[in-house]
Amino acid sequence: MAILDQTDVKEGVDQETVDAVREVGEKYKYGWETEIEMEYAPKGLTEDIVRLISDKNEEPEWMTEWRLEAFARWQQLKEPDWAMLDYPEVDFQDQYYYARPKSMEKKPESLDDVDPKLLATYEKLGIPLKEQMILAGVEGADATPAEGRKVAVDAVFDSVSVGTTFQKELRQAGVIFCSISEAIREHPELVKKYLGSVVPVSDNFYATLNSAVFSDGSFVYIPPGVRCPMELSTYFRINAENTGQFERTLIIADKGSYVSYLEGCTAPQRDVSQLHAAVVEIVLLEDAEVKYSTVQNWYPGDENGKGGIYNFVTKRADCRGDRSKVMWTQVETGSAVTWKYPSCILRGDDSQGEFYSIAITNNHQQADTGTKMIHLGKNTKSRIVSKGISAGFAQNTYRGLVSMHPKAKNGRNYTQCDSLLIGDKCGAHTVPYIEVRNNSARVEHEATTSKVDDEQMFYCRQRGMDEEAAVALIVNGFAKEVLQALPMEFAMEAQQLVAISLEGSVG
Amino acid sequence: MALDDRKLSATEERLAAMTMPEVGCTADARQAALARVRAMGLPGRRDEYWKYTRPDTLVQPKALPAAVFDGDETPLFDAIDRLKIVFVDGVYNAGLSDELELEGVQIDRLEDICCQKNHWAEDLYGTLETNGQSPVERPLAALNTAFAGDGVAIRVTGKPSKPISLIYIHDAEDSDVFLHHVVRVENGAEATILENGPAAARFNKCMEIDIADRGALHHVRAQGRDHERRAATHMFARLGQESVFKTFTLTANGVMTRNEVVLELTGDDAIAHVAGAALGDGDFHHDDTVFITHEGVNCESRQVFKKVLCNGATGVFQGKILVKQSAQKTDGYQISQSLLLDDDSQFYAKPELEIYADDVACSHGSTSGAIDEDALFYLRARGVPHGTATDLLTLAFLAEAVEEIEDEALADDILTRLEGWLTRRRHG
Repeated sequence: MAILDQTDVKEGVDQETVDAVREVGEKYKYGWETEIEMEYAPKGLTEDIVRLISDKNEEPEWMTEWRLEAFARWQQLKEPDWAMLDYPEVDFQDQYYYARPKSMEKKPESLDDVDPKLLATYEKLGIPLKEQMILAGVEGADATPAEGRKVAVDAVFDSVSVGTTFQKELRQAGVIFCSISEAIREHPELVKKYLGSVVPVSDNFYATLNSAVFSDGSFVYIPPGVRCPMELSTYFRINAENTGQFERTLIIADKGSYVSYLEGCTAPQRDVSQLHAAVVEIVLLEDAEVKYSTVQNWYPGDENGKGGIYNFVTKRADCRGDRSKVMWTQVETGSAVTWKYPSCILRGDDSQGEFYSIAITNNHQQADTGTKMIHLGKNTKSRIVSKGISAGFAQNTYRGLVSMHPKAKNGRNYTQCDSLLIGDKCGAHTVPYIEVRNNSARVEHEATTSKVDDEQMFYCRQRGMDEEAAVALIVNGFAKEVLQALPMEFAMEAQQLVAISLEGSVG
Repeated sequence: MALDDRKLSATEERLAAMTMPEVGCTADARQAALARVRAMGLPGRRDEYWKYTRPDTLVQPKALPAAVFDGDETPLFDAIDRLKIVFVDGVYNAGLSDELELEGVQIDRLEDICCQKNHWAEDLYGTLETNGQSPVERPLAALNTAFAGDGVAIRVTGKPSKPISLIYIHDAEDSDVFLHHVVRVENGAEATILENGPAAARFNKCMEIDIADRGALHHVRAQGRDHERRAATHMFARLGQESVFKTFTLTANGVMTRNEVVLELTGDDAIAHVAGAALGDGDFHHDDTVFITHEGVNCESRQVFKKVLCNGATGVFQGKILVKQSAQKTDGYQISQSLLLDDDSQFYAKPELEIYADDVACSHGSTSGAIDEDALFYLRARGVPHGTATDLLTLAFLAEAVEEIEDEALADDILTRLEGWLTRRRHG
């Protein structure tokens, strides 16, 4: 791309990294559009629209009331302005809040009944909605997955879920995996109990908006002691113009269960910016473990900063049970504006939270992203590794909170965040908040390379590497480590990024 | 943005309780500062920049009383040959001060700037404070510029033979004091400024420091030990080419302290070091807020802050390094650490970086934790009693900040203070 070609890259920055960043930003592969007949709710946001969405989803009265309460709250909230993001004011009345393909008017009985055009859309995205196939992304990867590897997909197209694969097989294991609208109808007791319990209705401006108008999303329940037999994923596609997508995901991991959950998202290339405000809630009971991985690849806008998705997302995991563990991994390459802080509430004793992030911004992209680790229980541990790369005219901010409450005895946190600038027209920023309220807690925030793992160091040194080379190897290996933490299905995206190195980081 | 009602009324209430002193030539600067205060409003509890420190007692119209500390310690810097300038409850005291004569430096009082036409400090008064209001507002500094009743203007033209020592004596229990100093270090000149003493029950101090090319200023201060005193201080400094500014602050006790340091490295190859050691026992809230802006090429900035906290004391560090696009080859370093000696103490940190230049090295670290059990065990195993071992480890922890003081005699004096504090804590 033009900007990077003209950029004078400073010594010490790895050329392969520059090429990889260029590659990521060069051509948006998912910018095409599906021509399909859609039906829309009238433009704008009123109580009637909220009722209409609830009505379209055939929701019970309590859900409608829940939404209306959120809407009433939202009208009193102000859009937050503390993030290091600069974008024109969003006109929330100039959006469609509901859009669904005409063919989805009557809910398809099975995937076979789904409009072939929709199926073709997902196929083209590399997400075939057929149970005998595995995700296409894997084909391009070097490593071949184990025979018969399966991933269940919930495919969300604008405001509706078009289908969920492998439901029957999952049901046999006791796992519920369906769209949230279906869950509200079929499993109201679970939804009632947990929806809004991690991200309360009035949590923040965008989450409150989402609570009022979310149209669909995914619902997962893993029963006690069950290791989910396959990876679960949701693929979000925005297709309609001037339409916001507001999905809601609720994952409940009961005692001793395990699930790995993937999320992908893309949108067509358009000159007008579009809104995306999602909420993800994860509840973990005792000994449960959830891995949540995201490759965020919304349309980032063109090289002049025109168009792109405004991505305002609230993601939070509540480790309610002792010894529960949650791991967020995110690769953020898309969106014109990203406002996103996947967080962990470490309530149970010995619970653990991890956050691994690579955020790449190019052209005029802006990202303000990070995490919150709230330590409430004893012996809770958290680890944050964040890598930000900024090129072109982009601004990339890490914003995080580590909070050790008085009762979080022996709490541990380790944070490492590095930023790399490619060119001198972009910016990289770090805004960590650290709150320590008991003396047995240990918190370390580092932006230097001095705190690499001793064992890894020893291993490298033993093989004759000098200290500096060993540190470089370990630190640069970390970007790759984040990518490798991603499930196979993201191999294609990840492969593009493996060339990234954080050599020449500024802090 | 219009101020909310609560802020507006708090601000007006405070302003109503203030009287502007004889202003003379500083009238314009003061009126402009007053307008800034009105536009910004005084800090409120909801302000992001006051997230960890409640500004109420610094803002309210009447200062809370503070008993004068009656200690038996030898006054700080006592053995050091220096030029003493003494303020009692914020009023210059000629009887206790030395003659304001020293080769290589010109010292005037704030009232001289006010009544002498074309005084050298006239253009500086309020200027750096004004610059320092963006991108973050510092209303208490503007309030100071508007209402400061006393202070000194120090112009360093050579290399004075001894430090200039500002001593702040606290006498009346309800004293509420504003001091404003203006310092200019001329091209190639070099000086040391010392500050010590509790000053008042409530102390609002603003210091504007302009260091010309190749100038150097060393600054060491110790804030008084009066338990109930409250202070909001601002230090604004502008650094020219190849200039050096090194500042260290010791804070032991004081129920509320907010020290803001706002530095602009405008010339190339400038060096700025900001360090602080804070010791808090009990009802103690200490906030270091630092904002360093790099504009010049190849500048170095270094922040080292250490806090030892016990019995419910609270430590806050908000530090930011802003590297502008022009500031290539910047070397920025920042470390903030707290040692929590017991379970009731708290530490809040916000170590920020904002970087727009690609060929720079900026690192920041922040840690918080208890005394290292292994190190303690090691010392205990060698027969060192528990209390002594804790003190040794605490001193070692603080040493990194104290080492930032270049002058050994001054550093020793500060170390003695630290040792005294630790011993008293253990025995008292």
